[in-house]
Amino acid sequence: MSTIASLQIGEIGYISEESLDEIPLKLLEMGCVPGAEVQLIQVAPLKDPLYIIVNGSHLAIRKETALLIKIIKAQ
Amino acid sequence: MVLKNNIKVALIGNPNTGKTSLFNQLTGLTQKVGNYPGITVDKKEGSSKLSNNHTATITDLPGTYSINPTSLDESIVLKTLLKKNIKSSPDVILVVADAENLKRNLLLFSQIKDLEIPTVLAINMVDQMKRKGITIDLRLLKEELNTEVVLISARKSEGIENLKAAIIKCHVAAKASPMCSVNHKIDPDYFDKLKEISSNYSLYELWLMVTQNNYPESITPEEKEKLLAFKQDTSKLKKYQHKETIYRYQEINKILKKTYLIDKTKGTDLRGRLDRVFTHKIFGYFFFFLILLLIFQAIFDWASLPMDYIDGAFADISGYLKNELPQGVLTDLLTEGIIPGIGGVIIFIPQIAILFLFIAILEETGYMSRVVFLMDKIMRKFGMNGKSVIPLISGTACAIPAVMATRTISSWKERLITILVVPFTTCSARLPVYAILIALIIPNKKIFGFYSLQGFTLLMLYVLGFATAILSAYILQKTLKIKTSSFFVVEMPNYKIPSVKNVVFEVIEKTKAFVLGAGKIILALSVILWFLASNGPSSFDTIEKEIKENKVNIGLADDELQQKIASAKLENSYIGIMGKSIEPAIRPLGYDWKIGIALITSFAAREVFVGTLATIYSVESDNENTSTIKEKMASEVNPITKEKVFNFPVGMSLLVFYAFAMQCMATFAIVKRETKTWKWPLIQLFGMTGLAYVSAFIVYQILS
Repeated sequence: MSTIASLQIGEIGYISEESLDEIPLKLLEMGCVPGAEVQLIQVAPLKDPLYIIVNGSHLAIRKETALLIKIIKAQ
Repeated sequence: MVLKNNIKVALIGNPNTGKTSLFNQLTGLTQKVGNYPGITVDKKEGSSKLSNNHTATITDLPGTYSINPTSLDESIVLKTLLKKNIKSSPDVILVVADAENLKRNLLLFSQIKDLEIPTVLAINMVDQMKRKGITIDLRLLKEELNTEVVLISARKSEGIENLKAAIIKCHVAAKASPMCSVNHKIDPDYFDKLKEISSNYSLYELWLMVTQNNYPESITPEEKEKLLAFKQDTSKLKKYQHKETIYRYQEINKILKKTYLIDKTKGTDLRGRLDRVFTHKIFGYFFFFLILLLIFQAIFDWASLPMDYIDGAFADISGYLKNELPQGVLTDLLTEGIIPGIGGVIIFIPQIAILFLFIAILEETGYMSRVVFLMDKIMRKFGMNGKSVIPLISGTACAIPAVMATRTISSWKERLITILVVPFTTCSARLPVYAILIALIIPNKKIFGFYSLQGFTLLMLYVLGFATAILSAYILQKTLKIKTSSFFVVEMPNYKIPSVKNVVFEVIEKTKAFVLGAGKIILALSVILWFLASNGPSSFDTIEKEIKENKVNIGLADDELQQKIASAKLENSYIGIMGKSIEPAIRPLGYDWKIGIALITSFAAREVFVGTLATIYSVESDNENTSTIKEKMASEVNPITKEKVFNFPVGMSLLVFYAFAMQCMATFAIVKRETKTWKWPLIQLFGMTGLAYVSAFIVYQILS
């Protein structure tokens, strides 16, 4: 199963329903809800943290958090 | 007579929505920083004239994405809002939202609306809507949200009058209905039972008390006990919180579908293009390094001119008053204690103001978030957080605002480590000490033909301070047993041209924090120091006569005689006795009792070192001319060994001591305040000073 951490720069995915319980509340509140579109914009060295756009919000999250959020990659 | 109505307004919003601009716009120069009762976090307040009959007291709450707090700053919002029906609770809540990111901003709005307090929504940055292809159906949005909604542009000062009218209207109507009652869809039985506990609170308030473990003072013991019963099943709570958030977004999406339209083909991707440079794996760091160079250049170079001017001006004032006022204890207190004391505080303002000017600009433009992104992984290796970069840079001016800047770090362990190591960075109070010692022991030569050896030594001391901070953070990370969630999320806001007003207010606020925090202590200390140096036990009063009558001194010029008396007085004063009593302890570091006095006096604030030495070497205290102090120090000879006191080993030992020792009472006080225990400031005090003692001992023993 892919997660946000497995996106390539520029690639888009959609947050899957299954990871709902895994997503930290704060991220949910910032728009990282199931069904939302996620795009990976940039990664820092060692691929951590990751800079994403989700639901219109531009956010940086750590890799450990990104690994928790399952996605379905856009075709 | 018409009675004026004062409305208490709480200003709330996501970070980067222009909340500060709006606050500055509404309150202008009336704003002041106070304390929240019971919680030691600064509270920004100001007043605003709404109409001829209404004024408002506006409280600026810290920016937050949700009412559920994850950091100290954010918990203030919850604490303020749960205080209902008491004098300080807000009458109207003003939620500021960014037109471009309305969806996420409405989440916070929906939570606040459910508290059933009259709420006004201000949609900010509407001047950019056209350019970004956004249209809002205001009439329908008001209807759907069941509240006053106003379009404003805080920067361009548009819509402010409408907003003021809306606040009054909302206050008068006192309409307070929930937006999306959380209970329906999640678990009706569960929430019905919760609602039965008390009719004094809205259901959402009760829910927050359960989930956030935060209760208003008005809660009765019975009610609290019933609420605690709901806390048993924590996994259920978490699940329901998640469901609640999803539900809120569904409601918001429904409303926005009808009222909000964005044409994505419009709008330029300036943010994307700038981010490709600023967050780049190589260019990003390079650019950050250039900015750091510019900042340090500014602190050293640009600040020196006003600093010299302030130094001279205070010496002139002291000298003038000394001549004009009648001789006596009060004149001495004024010219030798209070005025140099105030001067000792004011002199740091240029450096501190320049540094915070840079930090404010970097934050206002949105660039600082990119630095946090670039530095997070590196800082985490040392037990800190990307957000620790800001305190560490601020620490090069003053540790007090730096410690306060750690409040945005949500992980307690990462925040604590940052607080503990920040005082190692070379603050401006160390500079005068470094300057005089370097001038004494490092020859004024050029290395590689162009680089000043003295300048290079100063640079190395900065590197030493920073490296020690990083290294001790690493050790603390390995030794501190604190379980903490390291959750981290940073918003990368749109790039903005900084608003002059916001930057100026920010610089004033941070500089004030230094003046009021460290300033009070430095001033009080100069007065105490003056007292201890100009008073002493019985021998102190007879020493002057003794010297005058001593045959050795007959025939000396008046000047020399006076200096000799001053030195002897100091030796027999309280402070002189203290210096002598610690001499055995500091002997292994190469210091005599005179340096001991300076160590004692600079224990509460480092920069006092130079002033103390000036007094000790009987240079007139109102003429703190470095070259004369330097000459006196250079020619000071140990009476027994006949060696120079300030030789290379002693100078190096002192430099190392001042680089490491925790000699700042103001920092001690602020760390106590921020960590809420004596434990951490004491650990910091003994740890840093212990390290200073051991390192100075090693340096002296190796070099001598």
